[in-house]
This record gives sequence, structure tokens and C-alpha cells, in this order.
Amino acid sequence: MSILKNFSSPTPPALLAAAAVLAAGAWVLPAWLTFLLTLAFAKALVVLGVVIQMRAGLVSFGQALFYCVGGYGAGLGAQYLGLTDAFALLAVGTVAAVAVALVCGFLLTRYREIFYAMLTLALSMILYGVLVKSSALGSTDGFNVAPPSFLGWVPGGVEKKRAIYLLTVLIALGVALAFHRFLESGLGRVTEAVRENEIRVEYLGLSPRWLLFANYVAAAGVSALGGGLTALATGHIDPDMAFWTTSGEFVFIAILGGTGHVVAPFIGAIVFSVIRTFAIQEAPNLWQMTLGIILLALVLFLPKGLWSLVQRRRREIAATSGQPATEASQSPKGISSPISEKGVRA
Amino acid sequence: MSTILETRGLTRTFGAVVAAKDLNVQIAQGEIVGVIGSNGAGKTTFINMVTGYLPPSSGDILFDGNSVIGRQPRAITRMGMARSFQVAQLFPKLTVMENALVSLVAAEGPRPSFFRPLDTPERRERADAIFAEFGVSRYRDALVSTVPQGARKLVDIAMALVSQPRMLLLDEPTSGVSIEEKFALMDTVMAVVRQHGVTVLFVEHDMEIVARYVTRIMAFYSGEIIADGPPREVLSDARVQELVIGHHLDINALGEAA
Ligand SMILES: Nc1ncnc2c1ncn2[C@@H]1O[C@H](COP(=O)(O)OP(=O)(O)OP(=O)(O)O)[C@@H](O)[C@H]1O
Ligand SMILES: [Mg+2]
Repeated sequence: MSILKNFSSPTPPALLAAAAVLAAGAWVLPAWLTFLLTLAFAKALVVLGVVIQMRAGLVSFGQALFYCVGGYGAGLGAQYLGLTDAFALLAVGTVAAVAVALVCGFLLTRYREIFYAMLTLALSMILYGVLVKSSALGSTDGFNVAPPSFLGWVPGGVEKKRAIYLLTVLIALGVALAFHRFLESGLGRVTEAVRENEIRVEYLGLSPRWLLFANYVAAAGVSALGGGLTALATGHIDPDMAFWTTSGEFVFIAILGGTGHVVAPFIGAIVFSVIRTFAIQEAPNLWQMTLGIILLALVLFLPKGLWSLVQRRRREIAATSGQPATEASQSPKGISSPISEKGVRA
Repeated sequence: MSTILETRGLTRTFGAVVAAKDLNVQIAQGEIVGVIGSNGAGKTTFINMVTGYLPPSSGDILFDGNSVIGRQPRAITRMGMARSFQVAQLFPKLTVMENALVSLVAAEGPRPSFFRPLDTPERRERADAIFAEFGVSRYRDALVSTVPQGARKLVDIAMALVSQPRMLLLDEPTSGVSIEEKFALMDTVMAVVRQHGVTVLFVEHDMEIVARYVTRIMAFYSGEIIADGPPREVLSDARVQELVIGHHLDINALGEAA
């Protein structure tokens, strides 16, 4: 059983298959849908950053900081460094975000709970304020990002959007595979222990602060990738990327999807994007209310997010077939929802 | 026998309260030391200072000849000193197995991998061996928060021992455990530490337990050590009986360390 558990996780092959189907969708799906998926996957990457902090017991209300740094990094790379390659532009944003995280992490990892949440929020709003005041960077209007090239290939016309969609699927796949591994890794799992009891972690000879720091930097990197992809996909960046409502959206999606599995943020982001698209279309003035009602329902009925439905289903299958459940369906190692565990108690 | 732990003039005050007053202690490798003392005598404060949880107001602490003053608890743990707490410090929402896996990973080094899984067959095997040693195998897949107090205490101590420390400090290992379970728990723990040659210092209120397992007793009273020596001697000391035990104790009625 334990061997099975380690070496035959169904997740990587499932991710590969899903990515293949999604990639094929580039030639089948309507353009509006691939665009929606592009932005949803980009968001999911940011949300993954929120999720790994939640696993460590910390809620980031300022993850938009790294979303924005990733976006501006890509934009500025194109504008001032003369880069056109999509991978290079994403790298600029990600490296910049990691650099920012290395500095901010020193401060943040001293704080917990609401103080952590507020500080992340504060840092993101500082960036927002700076960008709004920077006329060289277009102030509140931001600026446009030219369509990138892809390892020397410059797509034209419809190919452009398709290429960015495919790039997003590819990166999302890579990130999902890596983070699936990360969530099960020594570091990834020990952050759960930090959430549970820092004193014990310390007395096992580990530094809770270092663990949270490493986790935070990883979160920043992946969130920046999401920001960079968004910049490339929309061809535009503006300070709103760092605004607190953007961060709130990421937290919302994290709760919607759940934190139990690496694909949860992706499911959450897709569902969120679809709901928003239709809600804005059908009842533009009721969109915020729709969001509020969904959040309320989630907290009441599905505190562990949409992923818990998958878990429940897996357990049922396991129970009826008499097979032991595998992976996340099995045990509490998946992460408990920050709402049910922390909010109610607090 | 070489000294493993030494304190020199160790003092700690909390405002007007003197929780430790000029403590000069030497503990030799392999000793099993019982610490007794009424509530507030300074027993936990002593352990907290030695393990880096609490900085002393003055004095020095030498572990294996090296001062531990100013070091973080994690650094002291890595020097080979482990501890348990008066209230078991575990990861309540993780399973017993997961608790053990985390301690095994911690024992391998201060920087857990981003990539290598926590849960490997090798670590599970080691964890299972530890569970068997401590008699907690049947709880391996239970959430710690659902495990009975006695088993939780055992898991707590087992986790402290995973790093293969040379010295183990136990703060009231049997507190919250039923009378019937206390001896079984101590038997289990002492068998393991003897086998690994770990030096032990443990705080205990039950004189029967102290007398049964230790080679030496330190009696704390109001931040001072008022008696220190072989169990028989300390327990028959008039001041100890008056100030610590609170009544006359018939030491012949107690079992003694093997
Ligand atoms: N953090 C603290 N702040 C203030 N006073 C403290 C603190 N920790 C301990 N004390 C005081 O120091 C004295 C010794 O406390 P300590 O916890 O070491 O006693 P103890 O011998 O472990 O008692 P018990 O048997 O109740 O566990 C007590 O008077 C206590 O009130
Ligand atoms: Mg105490």
C-alpha cells in the first residue's frame, strides 16, 4: 500500500492526459473559451501560491503583489530590455517576484494569522500606490505588452492567441506536476506541521521561519508566472493587478477550489471564470451579490471547496469496490480548509 | 563518567519571582535524574532554560562542554538534546504516522527537500519500528487529536527520540495519564532510553515513580535545589519531606531503581 501510494499516484498521468486534451482544444474550442481558459489557468497559478500558504496556516490577502510583479516584469522586459521571447519575459517577472519575496519574506515570516494577512495586503497596496504614481509606467492606465515570440517563432493572426493558450497549458502542466510533487515533499508536508505546532517543529531541529520563508518564495514564483501569462494573454498590464480586490479574488478561488490537491485551484479558477462570465452577461449588477452568495454557500456547505466533492466521490467508489482509497481521498494529509479549521474557531 | 550537562550560577527571575536561583548542576552521561518539587518550584523553568526556550537572567549552561546560551532551541536539539513538554506537543490534525514522518525528515537535516517525498517506504518502515518499540502501533493511522492521552505522551517522547539525542529532558511525562498507565508508560520509555544509552532528566510528582526509575533526585524548592543525590538519601531528607513531599514518606515502602 505504501509503495503503491508513492509510485503509482494517478495524478501525473491524469495531468498529462488533461493537458493533452486541453492542448487539442486549441483547434476545436471557440476562441472566447480558450481565452477564458488561458486567464483561468493563469489565475490558478496565482491561487496555487495562496494555497500553499494556506497549507502552512497563513492566508495571503496580498498575493496580487506577485501577480502584478510577474505581469509588470514581463511588460517591462518587453518595453525596456527589448525582450520578445515569451519564456524570457515570464522569467523576468518570476525572477523579479522571487527577489521581492526574498526581501519581504524576512519581514512577513515573523508574523502569523491576521497580522500576516494584513501585512501581505499592505505590501501589495504599496506596490499599487507606487504604480499609480509612476507616470513613466502609465500610472493608472498601465501600458500595453506587445505580442511575444516563442523561441524564435512569431505567430500571426489567430495563431497568436492559440500560441499563448498552448504556452499556458504547457506551463500549467509543468507547474502542476512540480507542485504535486512539492505538496508531498519533505518541505511541503512539514509546512502543515508548522501550521499545527511551531514549537514542536522547532524542537525537532527545524526552523519554522525558514520553512515558511521557503514556502513563501515558492508561492511568489508561481504567482508571478500567473501574472506574466496574464500580461502576455491580455497584452496589457495596469496597477489594478496589485489592487486588494484582485488578491481577494485569489483567496476566493482558493476557497472555491479547495486546498486538498494540486488541481483544486485549476478547478476553482475555471468555475470562477465561467460563473463570472455568465453572471456579468446575464445580470451585470448582481455579480457581486452572486459572488457573495456563492461564498456563503461554500462556507456553509462545502468548506473544503469543490475538490472535496471529488474526494467524496473517490471515497464512495473505494467503499463500494472494497478497494482502499488512494492518495488525497484517504486521509487528512490533504489540507483542511482555512475556513472550517481556522475561521470558525477564531 | 563524563559530564554531559552542567549549569553554572544559572538564575532566572520573572519580575520579583526567582524561578531559578544560582543553580549549579552537573549531570554525568548515562544518569537518570528525577526532578521533584511542588508547583512553581522552577522545574519547567530549568528545562526551558537548558533547551533554549527561555534565556536565563544570568549564568551559563554547558552541554557537552559547549555553552548553549544564545542558541535557538533547534540548534540545541541538533547538538543532541531533546525534550518533551508538560502538555504533549504534537501535530494534532496529522496522523501519528505523519507526525513520525515529520520527525524523521527533521532528523535527516535542517532543510527538508522541496522535491523528495516525505512519505517513503523507508521512513514508514522506521516509523513502524519506533511505534512497535513504544507500543503505539495501533494508533499509527489515527489523528493525534483522537489518540488517548497516554499514547499521545508516548508519541511525543518517541518523536523527541527520533533525532537520536544523547540527552532527553522530560517534563512530567506521566501527567494526565491514569495511575494504572503511568508505570507501563515509564517502563516503555525507560526500556528505550536504556537501550540507546540516553541520559535522562525527568520531572515527576509521583514519588513512587521517581523512586522506581531514577539513579539520582534533584529536589527543587522555590527556584533552588535543596537536595541532590541518590533517591534514598533525598527522599528521607527532612527538608524535602517537609517542603516538597508535604508529609512523611516511608521510603522503605517505595520500590527502588534497578
Ligand atoms: N513565563 C513566565 N512568566 C512569569 N512567571 C513565570 C513564567 N514561567 C514561570 N514563571 C514563574 O516561575 C516560577 C516557576 O515556574 P515553573 O513553571 O518553572 O514551575 P514548575 O516547577 O514547573 O511547576 P509545575 O509543577 O506547576 O509545573 C513560578 O512561580 C511561575 O509562576
Ligand atoms: Mg512545570
